[in-house]
Formats: sequence, structure tokens, C-alpha cells
Amino acid sequence: MTAARRFLTKRRVLLFCYIALAPVLALFLYVRVIPIGFGVWLSFHKWNLLSPAKPFVGLQNYELLMQDENFHLALYNTTLYSFSTVILSTAIALPLAVFLARRSRLSAFYQTIYFLPVITPMVPVSIAWKWIYDYNYGILNYGLGLVGIKSVAWLSDPDTALWALVIMGVWKVLGYNMVLFLVGIRNIPAMYLEAASLDGANAWQRFWRVTFPLLRPILLYVLVTSTINAYNVFTQVYVMTLGSQAAPGQAVRMLVFDIYTNGFQFFRFGYAAAEAVTLTLIVLGLTVIQFSLARNDPTREK
Amino acid sequence: MKRRSKLLGRIGVLAVHCVLMAGALVMVMPMLWMLATAFKPAPEIALWPPVFLPVAPTFDNFTGAFETAPFGRFFLNSLFIAGVGTLSVIVTSLVAGTVFAKYRFPGRGLLFGMVIATAIVPFEAYMIPLYLQLVQIEWINTYQGIILPYLFMAFGIFLMRQHVGSAIPGELMEAARVDGAGEWWIMARVIAPLSGNALAAVGIFSFIQGWGIFIWPLLIANDQMLFNMELGLTAFQFRFSADTGKLMAGSVVSTAPMLVVFLLLRRRIIENMALTGIK
Repeated sequence: MTAARRFLTKRRVLLFCYIALAPVLALFLYVRVIPIGFGVWLSFHKWNLLSPAKPFVGLQNYELLMQDENFHLALYNTTLYSFSTVILSTAIALPLAVFLARRSRLSAFYQTIYFLPVITPMVPVSIAWKWIYDYNYGILNYGLGLVGIKSVAWLSDPDTALWALVIMGVWKVLGYNMVLFLVGIRNIPAMYLEAASLDGANAWQRFWRVTFPLLRPILLYVLVTSTINAYNVFTQVYVMTLGSQAAPGQAVRMLVFDIYTNGFQFFRFGYAAAEAVTLTLIVLGLTVIQFSLARNDPTREK
Repeated sequence: MKRRSKLLGRIGVLAVHCVLMAGALVMVMPMLWMLATAFKPAPEIALWPPVFLPVAPTFDNFTGAFETAPFGRFFLNSLFIAGVGTLSVIVTSLVAGTVFAKYRFPGRGLLFGMVIATAIVPFEAYMIPLYLQLVQIEWINTYQGIILPYLFMAFGIFLMRQHVGSAIPGELMEAARVDGAGEWWIMARVIAPLSGNALAAVGIFSFIQGWGIFIWPLLIANDQMLFNMELGLTAFQFRFSADTGKLMAGSVVSTAPMLVVFLLLRRRIIENMALTGIK
């Protein structure tokens, strides 16, 4: 009797699990798993929205991509943008977090201010930056003029357009990285730093010998997430290449923008899918490299 | 000697504060400049050298922007899209997180692993095939098509699984079961009330994310009546890029709700964002 009842309860609970998960998993399957698989499938086909024939072409899309100058340019620009943004934002966020690690009213104030750009939507922020970078009326050129530097056509000059995007990218992500480092620093037991102090280590040595090695996992996380995000840069490129006084498309051509153009202006979906798969592989490859660099670190404890 | 080093230390701290303050100014400058410009009449915007604060502040840019483009509609669309997405994310995260945390069933590890593993594939990488799927079911240019990808959040599921797994004792659920409660009742009446903070965190992130979505509506919404604020702003910028005042007014309207949410829930947002690593 009890055994039979337990069996029934168990079956009832199992049934509940699958019923409860079914809608979420169905959604997940349709919105994520299928598109990822479909995307890979697409990349092996000549899939043009305007022509009814969609033949299998093997690796042809990838071969064309390797010879495509727009793709080369986009890959170069995106890589330059990503590495610059990630390195600069990490290099500024880490010392910032060290200074703000002590809890005080001012520290909370700084955190709020530095975090502000993280939650503001990208489109209005890009529009505001475009106005700041304006050649004639931009406040940046005004500020530079005050210290005697000649006006720069930040966005319309191909030499500076990418760096204008990097500056904005650093500004946007800085607070996020800072907060992650702050959590990491606060999780370091105080006795480690005290012990180092007793041994006569100065602040500089305490940072490099104690804090920094213990922050390694967080540093890895920051590098991985900000690299992935930076490689997917799109909205600010779209806004800043639009309308008058805009950045020249080629100077800031980035991978997602190129994918968007191939797919939704030229309707070459197979080709765009191949480019998207390539982007994913690049991002995954960089993640693997970052993880293995962290693992091979000789100072890491077993 | 000791006094001198103390003095040097003080000067050092002061110097650091000066740098931090200057940095803080740089961080808020774009927002302040946007706000100041939005309240300036056209001649003041074209002033050189620029004047920071509006001399004769005016609402004309705001009324003008709302007259030139249906920003009211865009705003409500943003609210609707972010709101529906957030409700759904809260429910799906609670249900899936609880089931993954508290129940054993065949396929559990595999399914959860799949949810997490695909989370690192960026949306931009599979938006084209997803677009083609929606062409097939004729969901292009519809609200449901815009909202669909934002109905669940892998990180929300992950966060709720962590929370329910560690914060809710199994004995509590067992006791409810002995009293004859069903599994749905337990989820709604035992687990949900004890998960307020975690659910709020998931909800806040979902709302911030849903408010700012851009590339997906850009692909899928062709009808202006479906535009959210972000898309409406770029469309406006495309047609009236010289009208800086109105453009800034629209930008202020799009930014304001996020700033309000942030300033009200500042501590919770910063702490949770750090703990979960959600963007």
C-alpha cells in the first residue's frame, strides 16, 4: 500500500517537473537552440531572400568571406576596438576599485556616478556622444581649444573615428568592471593584508603580492565578458554612422554591422550566417585562450 | 619624520580624490550635456563658445519632438515590451530555477547544462536564423515577434536555481507536502514569497535589458507604430539629424526611466549586478 503510494507520488512529481519545464524549454529551443543550429546550416547554403533556389554550397560562403575586404576591415576594426576597450577599461577600473574598496560615504557616491553609464540605454547615450564629438559645436573640441589643442573632426576623420568609439566604449563599461573588482577585493580576507603589513610590505607590494593574485579569477571573468561584449559592438556604430557629421562607414565598420548589412541590405542570409558563425568562433576562441592563460599561470596555487 | 609621511599621505589621499572627482565629472558629463542641450532654444545650441546651462530654458524641444514623431507611442511601446518581458522572465526563472534546484529527474543535468552553455553564444550570432523563423510563422512586424526572444533569461534561471537551492530548506517543502500541498502550490506559496529579493533582482535586470533593446526591433519592426524608444530615436535622428535640440529631448525621455529606476534601487542594482554578472 505505502510502496504503491510512494510510487504514485514519485510519478506525480516527475510529471510535474516535465510539465513545469515544458514551456520554458520549448521557448528556449525555439528562440535559441534551433536558431544556433539553423544558423550553422544556413552558412553552408546560398540563401538569398530574393531567389527561390537555395542550394547547398559547402564552404563557399566561408571561402568568399576570407577574400572579402569588407570582412577583413570589419575584423580588424572590431579587434582593435575590442582589445583597446577591454585593456583600457580594465586598467582604469582596477585601481579605481582599489581606491573605492574602503567603505565610506564618498565611496558609495563615486560608485553611483561611475556606474551610471552602465544602466543608461545605448541609443540616447550614443546620440549624446555624437553631439559631444561634433566638429563645430562639440563640447570636447571646446575643451581642447581651452588648452590650445586644435579642433578635431572626431567622427568624420577616419583616423580618429574608431578611437572616438573606444573612448565611449570605455566610458560605458568602466563602472561595470569596477563593481566586479570591488566585490573581488572585498572578498579578500583582511588577515592576508594584515599579515603582509606585519612582514613589512608597503601598499604597492601588498597590491601586487596579495590583492592582485587573489583577484585573478575576477580579472579573468571581466576580461572574458567584456571581450565578448566588445566584439558584438553594434548600436553605437549604427547611431554614429547615421545622418550628418557622421563617422564614415568604412572607418568604423565592425563585424555585427557588416553582418547586418549583408543580411538586411543585400539579403545574403547564407553569407551573413557564415559571418555570424565566424564571429561566434572568434569569441569562443578568445574565451578559451583567456581561460588557458589563467590556468597556465605559474603563481596559481593547486 | 613620521609627521612628514603622514602629511604626504594626506596630500596623496587628496590628490586621489581630485582625480576621482575629475573622473566623476567626465562620467556624468554626457548626461548633463544632453540634459542641458534639451532645454536650450535653437540659437543657444549653435552658440560658440558654448554656454553650458541654458540661458532661457524652454520646453519647446520636448513639445516639438512629440509633435514631430509619435514619441508617446514609442515610450508606451518600450514600457509594454520591457514590462511583458520582465513578467515572463520572473515567472520562467522562478519555475525553471526551482525545478532545477529542488527536483531530481532524468535529463536534469543535460537540460540545465544546455541552458547555460548556449548563454554565452551572443544574440547577434543567431539573430538572422531567428528572423527567418519568424518570417515563416509571420511574426515579423508584430509585438509578439519583438518580445519573443526576451521572454526568458538564462541568467535569471541560473540565479533562481542558486537562490532556491541554497536559501530554501527542503524540509519546508516536505512539510507542506505532508500537509497535502501540491507542487504548484508549494512553488507559489512557499518558494515565491521567500524569494522576493532574488526575483526583484531578476526583474530589474530584465527590465533594464528590455528597455534598451535595439538590434532586434531594428530587424523585425518595420511599422513605426511598433517602434520602441530606441528605434524611434534612431529613425528620428535619421530624418532630423540637424535638429539637435529635439534629438536631445527625445534622448532625455528615453534615458529618464532608467535613471529613476537606478537612483531608487541603486544599492540593490550595483550589488546584484556584481554578484550575478548579469549585463
